[in-house]
Amino acid sequence: MAIIIDENTNVLVMGITGRQASFHTKQMLAYGTKIVAGCTPGKGGQEVEGVPVYNTVREACEKHRIDASVIFVPAPGTKDAALENLEAGVKVVVIVTEGVPVYDEIDIVAYARRKGAYVLGPNTFGIVSGGKCKMGIPPNQYFVEGDIGVVARSGTLTYEIVGNLTANGLGQSTVVGMGGDRAVGLTFVDVLKMFEKDDQTKAVVLIGEIGGNNEEIASEYIKEMTKPVVAFIAGKSAPPGKRMGHAGAIIERGKGTYQGKVEALTAAGAKVAPLPFQVPALIKEALGRE
Amino acid sequence: MKMFEYMGKELFAKYGIPTPKGRMAKTPEEAEKIAAEIGGPCVVKSQVLSGKRGKAGGIKFPNTPEEAKKAAEEVLSMTIQGLPVECVLVEEKLKIDKELYMSITIDGSAKQAVMIASAYGGMEIEAQPEEYIIKKHIDPELGMHPFFARDVVRRMGVGLRTPHGKEMVNIIQTLYKICKEKDAELVEINPLVFSDDRVIAADSKVTIDEDAMFRMKDLPFVEDKSPAERAAANLGLSFVELDGDIAVMANGAGITMGTLDTLQAFGGTPRNFLDCGGGTGREATAKALDILLGLEPKGLFINIFGGITRCDDVANAFKDVYEARGGFPVPVVIRLVGTNQDAGREILKSIGVEAFDFMQDAAKRIIELVK
Repeated sequence: MAIIIDENTNVLVMGITGRQASFHTKQMLAYGTKIVAGCTPGKGGQEVEGVPVYNTVREACEKHRIDASVIFVPAPGTKDAALENLEAGVKVVVIVTEGVPVYDEIDIVAYARRKGAYVLGPNTFGIVSGGKCKMGIPPNQYFVEGDIGVVARSGTLTYEIVGNLTANGLGQSTVVGMGGDRAVGLTFVDVLKMFEKDDQTKAVVLIGEIGGNNEEIASEYIKEMTKPVVAFIAGKSAPPGKRMGHAGAIIERGKGTYQGKVEALTAAGAKVAPLPFQVPALIKEALGRE
Repeated sequence: MKMFEYMGKELFAKYGIPTPKGRMAKTPEEAEKIAAEIGGPCVVKSQVLSGKRGKAGGIKFPNTPEEAKKAAEEVLSMTIQGLPVECVLVEEKLKIDKELYMSITIDGSAKQAVMIASAYGGMEIEAQPEEYIIKKHIDPELGMHPFFARDVVRRMGVGLRTPHGKEMVNIIQTLYKICKEKDAELVEINPLVFSDDRVIAADSKVTIDEDAMFRMKDLPFVEDKSPAERAAANLGLSFVELDGDIAVMANGAGITMGTLDTLQAFGGTPRNFLDCGGGTGREATAKALDILLGLEPKGLFINIFGGITRCDDVANAFKDVYEARGGFPVPVVIRLVGTNQDAGREILKSIGVEAFDFMQDAAKRIIELVK
């Protein structure tokens, strides 16, 4: 089954004529994603990798059913682009752009909630339903179909862990990037609930990091889950008061520490891997596989 | 981006939030002149990005312009928590009847801004029990309204029809206006002071969202990065200096943290955090490598898992630096996988460098090499 996107998802690429977007359009098509339209204002009528480009999202929606959009436009235009897609009725909006001002993010997330849509990001690598559909920027070859759900805040760390899963014969149902910024559309709990319901998913990997309290809140829900959860938390070695790249990855006033998160997850019954490459062994142990 | 107290107060004053009479001075003579204009007891406050100015002796209370000059002279020669004092704020000394607290910041879990207030402000705000701290989220679609401010003031125990209450209702609304118009991720007044009938912002703390700098170019802010951190920030990279001996470059905040964690778990010590992620091109990556070598580490560890970052860009940058310097002065280990991996490895091979497949193997190798 997978969650959020699958082989039937019709995808629009926002800002498709840009350098990054056109490169990744090609990569997504190679993965098998059904990209039916692109949008760049003023460039309607062109084609990118054989995908028709429209001037507005509404125009694309007149010609195609759009189930999901992936946004590659620069940060100053991201709020406008996201709102345009949500207003047009797109129900899944994946925002790859990083460096979006936090008050713009708050506005995007609030509007999405009103429209009943999912927003992934800003500052997400995207989402991949193994073997079916990829939206975003992860390297194709590591993401294969299987029964492990993955939810994460950070992109490359996810590739690292998914690469390890795949190398150990553990494919993925869906890999969800929530985004590394402070105000992103989904929470761990939103995604864990979807994995809990999803028939294809047999176990879940949660990839968190220091800062904030998302992992602690997730722990409360993990207590109720029937499926095993294995976690990795980045930032064990980070000094307090230093922002480690992500806006949210900072230990302030003794809150959001590595130790606090590990304790909360462990108490909830999750297994925490001390290092990224130790995740597959814990998953196999939890599922009783060799 | 952070602001000095006087910058925040100038911003407050522009928006109509009452602040004490006075202004910033860079010399003892200026301080004397400002004190004479104020005409009475003053306060001379060091302007540094540290919360412990008072305890460090960086706040003085002169009674005359001559004393103000002397106080400024002393404070301007101080270093507080490693930060040299470059200017002071000279203000009227307030008669303080009561100290309160107000701030608006971002609550990432709620995906909303949140107002935090307390009737008990001042030095001990962080020690106040939870029940004295009022938290009220601001619905972004609804925005700020007078009723919101009235409810906060009510919960702070201040009468809505008193001069204090009326002013506080204005201040609360103005704080949110500043947040929205100036992309402030934090505005804080601690303490907010009752002085007879007046309500005055006796201190200010303002942090502007770094991601919004493209539309906030007219604001003043304070440099709080080291020279190397600033050089990296100008390249659009996220960099933090640490105190170990292995310089680290990785792409993506999470994997960079994971790389530092892995090095430390195997007995290595990272010299820095450097996230060169987000599709950083060849030239910026080469400059970032130069910054790292400028730290004079004992070894260099590059850990790239390419998504939007392309392995050939990284390999070319590496080759550029290698050729410009005629080799590297310290041992280097590269782990390189992901987008355009084969092209990247070919480039590395042309200068005789083999890339690793797995982070843990590469991490162990660099630790061996620097020992």
